Amino acid sequence: MLKDITIGQYFPGTSLIHKLDPRIKIIIIALFIASLFFVTSFIPYIFIVAFIGFVIYVARLPLKFIIKGLKPLVFIILITFIINLFLTKGEVLVELGPLTITKEGLRQSVFMALRLIFLITGTSLLTLTTSPIALTDGIERLLSPFKRVGLPAHELAMMMTIALRFIPTLLEETDKIMKAQMARGADFESGNILSRAKNLVPLLVPLFINAFRRADELATAMEARCYRGGEGRTRLNELKLKKIDYLSLATMLVFFGAIIATRYIG
Amino acid sequence: MIIQLKNISYVYNPGTPFEKRALDDISLDIAEGDFIGLIGHTGSGKSTLVQHLNGLMKPTSGEIIIDGQSLSDKETKMKKIRQKVGLVFQYPEHQLFEETIYKDIAFGPKNLGLLEDEIDTRVKRAMELVGLDFEELKERSPFELSGGQKRRVAIAGVIAMKPKVLILDEPTAGLDPKGRDDILDEIRKLYEKENITTILVSHSMEDIARLVNRAIVMHRGKIAMDGTTREVFSRSEELEKMGLGIPQITQFMKKFKEKGNIVREDVLTIDEAKQEILDYLRRKSNA
Repeated sequence: MLKDITIGQYFPGTSLIHKLDPRIKIIIIALFIASLFFVTSFIPYIFIVAFIGFVIYVARLPLKFIIKGLKPLVFIILITFIINLFLTKGEVLVELGPLTITKEGLRQSVFMALRLIFLITGTSLLTLTTSPIALTDGIERLLSPFKRVGLPAHELAMMMTIALRFIPTLLEETDKIMKAQMARGADFESGNILSRAKNLVPLLVPLFINAFRRADELATAMEARCYRGGEGRTRLNELKLKKIDYLSLATMLVFFGAIIATRYIG
Repeated sequence: MIIQLKNISYVYNPGTPFEKRALDDISLDIAEGDFIGLIGHTGSGKSTLVQHLNGLMKPTSGEIIIDGQSLSDKETKMKKIRQKVGLVFQYPEHQLFEETIYKDIAFGPKNLGLLEDEIDTRVKRAMELVGLDFEELKERSPFELSGGQKRRVAIAGVIAMKPKVLILDEPTAGLDPKGRDDILDEIRKLYEKENITTILVSHSMEDIARLVNRAIVMHRGKIAMDGTTREVFSRSEELEKMGLGIPQITQFMKKFKEKGNIVREDVLTIDEAKQEILDYLRRKSNA
């Protein structure tokens, strides 16, 4: 049940997109997100879809994977859709008792639902094509100029690496403890919200204890290998920008610049 | 038959690049009173198999019948099945959560909806069976105990449900030799005293040889061997091919025989070997 979550999962590959410098990819996705919020009409969405389609095609990502990633968020998307559908004022189209659907509401709800879907797929493109290590390396390098004002860039990146590294471990452990308690007759699936929350105690207590124990062990293991934070630390694979990186960035700057511009033209 | 498996298969992540067939057409009968050792290399499907035996995992295809009830039948109550088949996971001490040892062991019986009195007797009995002092420990926190004792609390928590079948997934992993011997002795006693059908998953050929009366070897999701321990350990070449071995003492006797000493090589324990060698020496000096 928990294994179905694909958000943040890495899909290994050797495509152009996979090989792109993580810093460039992060910047492009930031541009992508920003332009999504600037868009006010449906037409620029065509370009957004084209961008997503292009990345999926070049990176050879299975479409099934992308759709599976949306699944856990269907609920949020639906709620956004329904709220926008019924609560936007304007020209009435249909009346269902106290509820009314307006022309503006219909447009707004489809628009917002699409925005959410694009937002999720767009960001998952980043994690699907970038290994967690490369991703945190990229973040660290992008944040390093802020070191001068006291931002602990390396520590933040290390924290992220560790967090990402332990997501599957914790999921696996949750699954195991859940099963162990179910083997003792625990019930996680029925009852009202209150009793369900209470039933989670036998799951959460061991999970937290184990997480703290793991953290403690990891800290000791890192100290034993003389880890002392970012100061003077060198790396095996230094990030270096190549021609293709500059080229992609330039193209995407123009591309998203154009999308953002549609807000102000016409 | 208390447990019957008919052509069970299980596939992880079907239809993705990570697809893996963990169980491949397994059929198995387990009779009441069996003491089974389940052996296999890491990833051979042992843990997947035992999780099918109490309905925690559902087979991709095939049928499981436990005590006359089919698990694919919608009428079957999973709680009933899980009471009948108790499963102790690997490192079971990681699932302790209550403030006191008493409460933790009582968790299972409570979920079964038993009365206070009954729960009380069961907790007492379960603690006694795993060698924990009831009066001294019942109000203590399980987290204060040593690793071996924590594990006993966890095992007691399953025993307190009075299962007909007890499955233990590597109950001795990570324990020191003394702790290992103690736990195994208690499992043996439990089997003898309470006559619980027991399935022991283990990597240790010595433990299997010493305890069980039927050994099942799994290899790549299939049952590779199934027979008495003596039968299974007589096929040492095949076992080695699967990355498994035979008990050291059996290996010793084999080598000893190769050196020209006329002894039996299907010896499983050190005591047996001692007896056999003494007999052999006596025969030799008499001749």
